[in-house]
Amino acid sequence: MDVFAMDISALSRALRERKISAVELTRSYIDRIDARDGETGAYLTTTFEQALAQAVRADERRADGEAVSPLNGIPMALKDNMATRGIPTTCASKMLKGYVPPYSATVAERLEAAGCVLLGKVNMDEFAMGSTTENSAFRITRNPRDPSRVPGGSSGGSAAAVAAGEAVFALGSDTGGSIRQPASFCGVVGLKPTYGAVSRYGLIAFASSLDQIGPLTKTVRDCALVMNCIAGRDARDATSSPRGGGDYLEDLEGGVKGLRVALPRELMGAGVDAGVQKSIQGAAARLERLGAHIKEVSMPALKHALAAYYVLSSAEASSNLARFDGVGYGVRAAHYDGLYELYARSRSEGFGAEVKRRIMLGAFALSEHYADAYYGKALRVRTLVAQDYARVFDEADVILSPVAPTVAGKLGARDKDPVKTYLGDVCTVPASIAGLPAISVNCGEGEGGMPVGAQLTAPAFAERTLLRAAYALEQGV
Amino acid sequence: MTDYEMVIGLEVHVELKTNSKIFCGCPTAFAAAPNTQCCPVCMGLPGSLPVLNRKAVELAVRAGLATNCEIARFSRLDRKHYFYPDLPKAYQISQFDLPLCAHGYVQIGEKRVGITRIHIEEDAGKLTHTPSGETLIDFNRCGVPLIEIVSEPDMRSAQEAREYLASLRAILVAAGVSDCRMEEGSMRCDVNLSVRFPGQELGVRTEIKILNSFANVVRAIEAEYARQAAVLRAGGNVEQETRRFDPESGQTLSMRRKENADDYRYFPDPDLPPVALSSEWIDHQRASLRELPDARRQRLTGAFGLNGREAGALAAAPALCDCFEAAWNLTGAREALKSLVVSRLAHDPEDVSPAPEALAALAEMLAAGTLGAGGAAKALAAHLETGESAQSAAERLNLAQISDRETLIPLVEAVLAENGALVTSFRAGRVNALKGLMGAVMAKTQGRANPQATEALLRERMR
Repeated sequence: MDVFAMDISALSRALRERKISAVELTRSYIDRIDARDGETGAYLTTTFEQALAQAVRADERRADGEAVSPLNGIPMALKDNMATRGIPTTCASKMLKGYVPPYSATVAERLEAAGCVLLGKVNMDEFAMGSTTENSAFRITRNPRDPSRVPGGSSGGSAAAVAAGEAVFALGSDTGGSIRQPASFCGVVGLKPTYGAVSRYGLIAFASSLDQIGPLTKTVRDCALVMNCIAGRDARDATSSPRGGGDYLEDLEGGVKGLRVALPRELMGAGVDAGVQKSIQGAAARLERLGAHIKEVSMPALKHALAAYYVLSSAEASSNLARFDGVGYGVRAAHYDGLYELYARSRSEGFGAEVKRRIMLGAFALSEHYADAYYGKALRVRTLVAQDYARVFDEADVILSPVAPTVAGKLGARDKDPVKTYLGDVCTVPASIAGLPAISVNCGEGEGGMPVGAQLTAPAFAERTLLRAAYALEQGV
Repeated sequence: MTDYEMVIGLEVHVELKTNSKIFCGCPTAFAAAPNTQCCPVCMGLPGSLPVLNRKAVELAVRAGLATNCEIARFSRLDRKHYFYPDLPKAYQISQFDLPLCAHGYVQIGEKRVGITRIHIEEDAGKLTHTPSGETLIDFNRCGVPLIEIVSEPDMRSAQEAREYLASLRAILVAAGVSDCRMEEGSMRCDVNLSVRFPGQELGVRTEIKILNSFANVVRAIEAEYARQAAVLRAGGNVEQETRRFDPESGQTLSMRRKENADDYRYFPDPDLPPVALSSEWIDHQRASLRELPDARRQRLTGAFGLNGREAGALAAAPALCDCFEAAWNLTGAREALKSLVVSRLAHDPEDVSPAPEALAALAEMLAAGTLGAGGAAKALAAHLETGESAQSAAERLNLAQISDRETLIPLVEAVLAENGALVTSFRAGRVNALKGLMGAVMAKTQGRANPQATEALLRERMR
């Protein structure tokens, strides 16, 4: 029994049939992390003692004959931007080094209540800003498929942990592609739910109107199982919706016969690697063979989505990250003269370069005489993008596109020009600014044998359609 | 030579009477031990999210309805950014371009003072600077729900500003919006003031921050008017700036100049959906709004026969006024009832709610002469404190009035014997001497002697 290759359903069956206990399973994963994470670099904090205690309780619940969740006893990891009571939560930033929250995120509570075993907190780009996890203040995370390459980001630790068999699943957060792109780079499944489907309470905000928590899993079915636990209205998040939640497994094996799939020209053009294009075309062909109708469409507003995204997300980030001022918690500069120097020095020392760049960009975009030209205009673009989607969804059920224009690049090979790096988000950002659900599922290999993810996007709260299409694709790869 | 005229607008912050804070479930009780009424949300801890308290919206809307405002069917909350240790998120959740209420007015006598807008926002924490130079933060006030009521620059004197504040307070208390206790900080006032010659364009204004009593509002306005007028007379220019009032010196002092003004970088708070109100809900709030002080004052001067000043004071104390009206229907001793309630308000304007039965019983004892005015006031205070009946309070505290001639005669004679000089003075035509003699009798009886009977006896014995 290879517990590192098994998905949640298989492990859950083995646990139910007493072929393995939660404690044994957890020990295996702890050993695996001890053996491998020196190279992978996924974990920032491990919580093995608590994990074993949770595993004991999971076994007890099962022994007591309690009806248990399929997640009972399953070892998993959380991205280090989700608050966990009593466990350091750093956002991979020097600013929050040593910060221990007094409360837990809603998703952490829900997973714990379902009996999940938390192995630890995983790496990310600082405050979720970046697409390689190289912006972490603490460590490098490597792509388990090729350790010389990045795992993607910002949820690079989550994707790498799942791909390396260092967690059965992980939660990540996605603001402009931060679940989907690392899932694609590491060859795992990553779902960004509809905005409002999963509570953000306890997720340390990057851009509040875009951030969503979602699962990174080995299989599409696992993705549905995790969603069954974490999705649904939360009274502590005013932006969470009663339309989230329910049973995400119900349509999973329904097939794609008659499914209308749109391929937007704008996301398949110049800049997309040949290997990626080929894999996506392969995915389209496969869906067609299974009975789906493929149609090329045009979404002209998408070409402005990236610029709008960087204005909106940076504007919100400049506000959300203002609270890290060195006063109440986190890093405070050792030397300062007066209150304003305390702020300036603590923030200069605590934040990394990318975070500072976005704060400055965002503060400028919101400043009195420029807010309409930048923030206001970006909001108008956001509306246009949403209208483009609405128009396409009049005659399509899902949209198929690449997740990223390339496969995972080499560590340290990032372009020095940040704008060129930002261009890598061009395929994932549109669904983010429209608040739509999108999934990354492996559909082939590109340059260097690295995995390529297909992105499927659906109308708001149509996650079940996405999961059904992704499941069909997955079965053929 | 014409003199400068002052132009005043007020920004009043009022704490809403909710049980919990505006974005979390923490209580809002006054004077709790530091940092005992806070949670991750109001402390702005990373990852926490605000959820709007419906009651705060309801009370703000009621404030708007009570001040004749238009209520926005669609409004939203915005973030206002600035760094200060009492603001743990480094932004205040407030309302910028779409406030809940706008375009209202408050009537003061013949004059209308325009209300520009009323919006909801959260309060900040409280900083305490220790003698050793440390600054301590109390987060209890963080997230306490406030409304800011911005007036038009319609007032022309400190007295008008005072009347506006008094009217506003009476309205908000009657509408159940707030306790408006300035001494507890549940009502605070910023003054915007400029001067000009009548009929000219508005002058450059200054803002005087956070005044916490009516008296200081009046003093600050007069001091700032004098300062600005002196600057202009000397050929100078008034600078747009923020000032504070120093109660010790009675002067306003500069805090910061406009050129250093912060850019608050307002934008809609993405954590909070817009506030959408149905016209049915707004109409329901309007219909359930109780009688406001203006209307009540008119009714009190009419059917109840109070004079304007008495009626105004009583209308501004809605709970006591309710009890008064209830007692009115329980007793025929209505003149005594009026004098009891009016004298209570003259000595202590706090809004209290005695039992209507107790109020009626006291009025009857007053009318019958069983209690004097002083005794009735003491019995009322005792009833409010302990809840005991009026009769029981009067007996327990031995407040019964002494009207009986046989008891009074020896007392009066003793006083006359002890105060020969006053008696001589009275007989020489100095009527004031009688007051001294009355006081001496009252002193011997702890104020229980019937004043009419005592005076009659004194006059009789000195004839």
